[in-house]
Amino acid sequence: MLSSIKALFDETPNLTQKDVDVVITSTNDNSKYLANTVSELAGISPKISHSVESLCNSGANSVISAFSYIASGLADVAIVVGAEKFDNPGLVLESDVSRGQYKHPVYWSSMFTRSHMRKYGTSMEDLAIVSAKNHKNALENPHAYFDKEYSVEDVMQSKNITQDVRILDCSFPCTGSAAVLLASEESIKKFTDCPVWLTGLGQKTISASFAKSEDLTSMKSTKFAASAAYTMSKKEPKDIDVAETHDAFSICEIIEVEDLGFAKKGMGNKFVKSLYDTQDKKINPRGGLLGSGHPLGATGIAQIIEIGKQLQNKAGKRQVNEAKTGLVQNMSAAATSSTVIIFES
Amino acid sequence: MNKFENELKNGKFVCSKCIDCNRLVWPPSDFCDVCFSKVIWREVSKNGKLVEFAKKNDLIFCIAEFENTIRIMGELEAGLKTPSVGQDLHLEKCNYTDKEEFFFRLK
Repeated sequence: MLSSIKALFDETPNLTQKDVDVVITSTNDNSKYLANTVSELAGISPKISHSVESLCNSGANSVISAFSYIASGLADVAIVVGAEKFDNPGLVLESDVSRGQYKHPVYWSSMFTRSHMRKYGTSMEDLAIVSAKNHKNALENPHAYFDKEYSVEDVMQSKNITQDVRILDCSFPCTGSAAVLLASEESIKKFTDCPVWLTGLGQKTISASFAKSEDLTSMKSTKFAASAAYTMSKKEPKDIDVAETHDAFSICEIIEVEDLGFAKKGMGNKFVKSLYDTQDKKINPRGGLLGSGHPLGATGIAQIIEIGKQLQNKAGKRQVNEAKTGLVQNMSAAATSSTVIIFES
Repeated sequence: MNKFENELKNGKFVCSKCIDCNRLVWPPSDFCDVCFSKVIWREVSKNGKLVEFAKKNDLIFCIAEFENTIRIMGELEAGLKTPSVGQDLHLEKCNYTDKEEFFFRLK
């Protein structure tokens, strides 16, 4: 966490420890009093400091908490930092009795995959295209876990974990960290000439138990959260220039582009294929979770940083042309809960 | 170990039922998730339906639904039959070791 906070101070002109009145840590680690400890080690004495844990969705949840403190007037400047070790608890939700003996995420992703295949004819090649696209995008991301290109054929030939999910259809839990600065409209001018504005957000928890899901071809919590975020920002799916979506498995991106409104239901596979064929980086330009790895507590924050860089025109070779409006979708535990945030330049 | 896990260990699949509104409370809990009333525990019907399934090598894992309410994952024994969504199945066995375990058979 400290290395990401150091980078934030290094890259932010005029930012001093005295400016920061909120520190929120995002992790699935069991550390106690973590935000306070990190604050002390970074020389910060914040008014508000605490941890947020919500499995894979901890990062975006943390940013929503920091935003709320600022929007309510309780604080002006917040640092949100997330970090995970590859073997931290949180990957497997042991407490979900509805999963029976099949607790590992690969089993719920197999259920989603099977249902989408049956209802919409999604194929193993469609899934491989998601993975090949995102691994390719990750090549231009210096912070990505993977630095190797995989062809569609490579993904097709990779080891099967279940009948419908191959190893390269899975994001890899990994060690990593990310930190982001949030500030009020008045305070942000001190730190940057090109701020990115959070203009819409939505969150929804449907349940904690996976098997209660009514429709295995859709992410109900994402649809709720997206609807709220679009309404708040007065934007529509067609207005989104670039998006980071939670591609924990290949099938997730296909369902997400449908439920976020970028493609009609059942056409997510064709939408993603057209992105791949035209080398369009609109969805998951940093490589998504599939290409960048999945350090659970840091993932949502890394997604937000990418959209920030895209909207500031600072994404280098990953840059999506004239990106003005961006979206982040971060979800947990088979999309039993989701967060969607819309940013504008 | 709670009532649900204890009964599973004895080979019984039980669920909580609200004493006031008579709803099955799933996942099981000591209070109704609608009215917060107390619950009683009763055995779940062994007859259910197949909601979804997938394979890992020769193993079939699935989501089964019981009493139109309770959805749970477990292992499916299909024998020579080809499973299809909506088919009737039977809860053959359940257990609790370090986690819940359910075994179903196609009817």
